[in-house]
Amino acid sequence: MSALRSPLHAQHVALDASLVDFAGWEMPLRYGGDVAEHHAVRNAAGLFDLSHMGELMVRGADAAAALDHALVGHMSRMGLGRAKYTMICAADGGVLDDLVVYRRDWDHFMVVANAANRERVLAELQARFAAAGLDATVDDETHAIALIAVQGPASAGIVARMCEAGADDVDVMKYYTGVNILLEGGTHAYAARTGYTGEDGFELFVAADTAADVWELALREGAADGLQPCGLASRDSLRLEAGMPLYGHELSHDSTPFEAGLGRVVSFGVAGGPDRGDFVGREALARVREEGVAKTLVGLVGDGRRAARTGYAVTDAEDNQVGIVTSGLPSPTLGQPIAMAYVPPALAEPGTVVGVDVRGRREEMRVIALPFYKRDA
Amino acid sequence: MASIPEELKYSKEHEWVSGDVTSGSVVTVGITEHAAEALGDVVFVEAPAVGASVTAGEVCGELESTKAVSELYSPVSGTVTEVNDSLENAPESINAEPYGSGWIFKVELSDDAGDLLDAAGYADVSE
Repeated sequence: MSALRSPLHAQHVALDASLVDFAGWEMPLRYGGDVAEHHAVRNAAGLFDLSHMGELMVRGADAAAALDHALVGHMSRMGLGRAKYTMICAADGGVLDDLVVYRRDWDHFMVVANAANRERVLAELQARFAAAGLDATVDDETHAIALIAVQGPASAGIVARMCEAGADDVDVMKYYTGVNILLEGGTHAYAARTGYTGEDGFELFVAADTAADVWELALREGAADGLQPCGLASRDSLRLEAGMPLYGHELSHDSTPFEAGLGRVVSFGVAGGPDRGDFVGREALARVREEGVAKTLVGLVGDGRRAARTGYAVTDAEDNQVGIVTSGLPSPTLGQPIAMAYVPPALAEPGTVVGVDVRGRREEMRVIALPFYKRDA
Repeated sequence: MASIPEELKYSKEHEWVSGDVTSGSVVTVGITEHAAEALGDVVFVEAPAVGASVTAGEVCGELESTKAVSELYSPVSGTVTEVNDSLENAPESINAEPYGSGWIFKVELSDDAGDLLDAAGYADVSE
């Protein structure tokens, strides 16, 4: 199977990006240096091509009820123009994907799925809607849509300058909202104030055939602020510092949202509120909530230099394995190794010292409360 | 295309060696531009200590970037005579000048280093 390509492939080649296979897509790993790209997002702004992400459009009179049933969140309670972080779980409570859902109209939701899980989420949604007999359709519009993210403290000014004059009041947008905007030259975009970097930022969903124009517009309007094109390497270091989980690392079918410390995304309904109804995974998740978890996700920080990496063993004082590292790297912002790991709840208290087997040598790391990095409000 | 200077010799594990490679002489060792690009920005280098014995083809240290960690192999056998201490505070030299200020360590050879590749030979393995 040949690699899927973003509509911005020619731009990446022209910028001399290092391209990498990511879930079947040929995407930029970095353009220049990944550490410089990381700092650009923390201090100024970065431009990301996220066209590999899946956009699944859910439409129909029962769209909200259908998502209430299929996902762990109470989606019918979302207001128009709101975005929500949520998950789709299996009947056993295991996570099938983490998602951001945007309510674009009363009967139209956009479900953004991870590239690796897009086809599975599509199939699950279709099957669940059909089984529940609800009037809602799902269309995979991934290939018709490009997703371009502008992230960093300078992003609001840059996106405002990208807009047509008179239509540039994006700064009034609240975090986790989305709205249709008109870009310079008459290009339409759905702009959401969302991201995966721990910074303020915007994600622009645009028609694939306008992607190159929008990309060039962002580079032009962002140049004075130091906006840099950024690849997946910096995206990973940014999200890890922000304590955000990555499917396949912190999240998998082997654990529920509760182990990942994200039990809050599961809505069982509020007392006195509208009926939440049944949803796929409810029984299993209610049991986990009741009985507690056998492992929990923590942040680890080390005072040495060698970083824990995915799959390394977390050990106790006698070097017995008690947990596993899910992600880890030398943090560009903190200048120390950071990691996320699953450990028994008894070892999850901040300040607890654990060992990590870093290629045969024990390195000590301390449990700290996530996130590792939080921007100034 | 990553550069491969003609005057250097190379290992299959992507280290370069400069200087006379006969027994008793001192050579300088670093990693190639190809290797540095594959690793991404190097943020930490663990080089062998001065006085340590190193053996051609064996691991003698490690290099970390945000994205990955890579073992450092010694391309030659001998005793380490000097380590590039500036990499402690400026590991980015490995990406900026892999064949210059990004050199990693020097070795006094205990044997002739006969198995190294020339630039053309390394170009074939780093394709």
